[in-house]
Amino acid sequence: MHMSDALLSPKVGLTMWALTASSIGWAARRLQTRTAMLNVPLMGVAGAFIFAAQMINFSIPGTGSSGHLGGGMLLAILLGPWAGYLTLASVLTIQALFFADGGLLALGCNIFNLGFFTCLLAYSFIYRPLIGTRPSSNRVFWISILACTFGLQLGSLGVVFQTTLSGLAELPAKPFALLMQPVHLAIGLMEGAVTGLLINFLRKAEPGLIVENTDSHPLRGRGLIVALFFGTLLVGGGLSLVASENPDGLEWAVERTAGKEEISSAMSPLHRIAGRIQEMFSFLPGYDFTKSETEGGGDGESAAPLEATAETSVAGIVGSLMTLTLIIGVAVVLRLIQKRVGG
Amino acid sequence: MSHLEASYFDFGRLESLSRGNTLLHRLDPRVKVLTTVSYVVAVVSFGPHAVAALFPFLLYPITLCIWGRLPLAYMLKRVLLVMPFALMVGLFNPFLDREPLLALGPIVLSGGWVSFISICMRVFLASIAAFILIGLTGMPNVALGLERLKVPRLFVVQLLFVYRYIFVLTEEAVRMMRAYTLRSVHGRRPGVRVFSLLVGHLLLRTLERARRIYLAMSCRGFTGEVRTVRVFRLRLADVLFLSGWLGLFSLFRYQNIPALLGRFAGFAP
Repeated sequence: MHMSDALLSPKVGLTMWALTASSIGWAARRLQTRTAMLNVPLMGVAGAFIFAAQMINFSIPGTGSSGHLGGGMLLAILLGPWAGYLTLASVLTIQALFFADGGLLALGCNIFNLGFFTCLLAYSFIYRPLIGTRPSSNRVFWISILACTFGLQLGSLGVVFQTTLSGLAELPAKPFALLMQPVHLAIGLMEGAVTGLLINFLRKAEPGLIVENTDSHPLRGRGLIVALFFGTLLVGGGLSLVASENPDGLEWAVERTAGKEEISSAMSPLHRIAGRIQEMFSFLPGYDFTKSETEGGGDGESAAPLEATAETSVAGIVGSLMTLTLIIGVAVVLRLIQKRVGG
Repeated sequence: MSHLEASYFDFGRLESLSRGNTLLHRLDPRVKVLTTVSYVVAVVSFGPHAVAALFPFLLYPITLCIWGRLPLAYMLKRVLLVMPFALMVGLFNPFLDREPLLALGPIVLSGGWVSFISICMRVFLASIAAFILIGLTGMPNVALGLERLKVPRLFVVQLLFVYRYIFVLTEEAVRMMRAYTLRSVHGRRPGVRVFSLLVGHLLLRTLERARRIYLAMSCRGFTGEVRTVRVFRLRLADVLFLSGWLGLFSLFRYQNIPALLGRFAGFAP
């Protein structure tokens, strides 16, 4: 599943952007110095191929649904992990721009979830070491299933983490993960099967192609991949600490709905004074006056937030309608100007 | 026309919009990329229950669609196609957060519904911004703008290549599928095995094509960079566009305009 802008907080989104951007920069530098020029057009056309292949759906046996190729593992096998990563990143960028698949802020997350875990991690640590030098077709098939499943499981965990850290979807991490992981297990198995069949077909049709194009030093980048992985874990852990410091519950929600200042200024002076007095006296617990004071403002304490919300919500709705009217007004004026100018 | 072909032509239409010649089309792509990104960040940076505060952000897509002569109905249709994917997770909100948050007379909206509406609005605003960027700029110019913004050149060249060949290869895929559909029973979708054979052949042709392209480009002196005649220079219009929108976005972000207007209209003390 693609991560979506709507489920993402800017903190998480921008962090993932920074991580992804630096990894892309690194991959680009590495490839620019090392690979032959042949790879530039090859990578481009392979990316376009993934795009075209995704337009063809296949039916999933046993179910009525259909699936399409993800392509991360295929690109990594064809082009090597780093070039594959870069290629998949460009495919995802174009999808984000043209189909809003995920969206612009979520692009960092998506490249990481679908590219990093599959092309770099699963390929370098599962596919590449296990495949050996002269693998049989069966071996290719099963290992690509294993690698794809692993990569997609990590990727969907990434979606769960990013969503939970952002805190926009109410679904807690555990049931969300229980929902996502089995679905992605099925997707991973299918993706692996299709990738394995494709690779076997290519090996039969054009022997030598796959060996030719793999990165000649596949082990070189591994240290960096591990570093990136743990770096992400660290950043993720740090972010979750920050996130849990947020005050929870209705108070926080109300504060966010209308903005802090709005609530405090929307309260009547009486409420404000009552609140301030209450605040003052809470520093002096057990003082007799406090009780009567809070009792006097007792209604205020329980009802004020709701009342204030109700008031701001009416104000908000009226205000939203006015805003919309204003915007439509601007639109109409623009149209008129355009007509006059356009003749 | 099959679904596949329809989506292919739809894909081409967004790009063809970018060949317009309005003031907005002529702006520097860098400026448009930066404005779009800051717009999305501003929209997304609101808390989970923000609904009213997001309304002013409609100004941006509406103004740009009209000014840039983008067909509003078409853009809306594209956005509606995107909505279902993003709403799958948000749909749980109304069931999980039942705390009453908004009271409109007798109707009490729970926090979950409010945040669900908020998610819908975010999807709408964020995705229409991306479509507007492409509709006003076109992918090749966006890519060149990215290069000027210090995105690694290899990645940019890569983007341009992928973009260029998407059309070529998709056409090939469409042809293959048409041939398959004509010969299959009831036009059923291919199974996994047939699919991998089909796609495998497409891949073989692709690789063959890549080789030809490489040779052709080597003959013409391609060294890994894309040279354009176009000179990128920031003009007054660019600066005004960027600073104007950034100013508006931060105003919308830090001042809840609908709440202010509502209070101005006398609905809150």
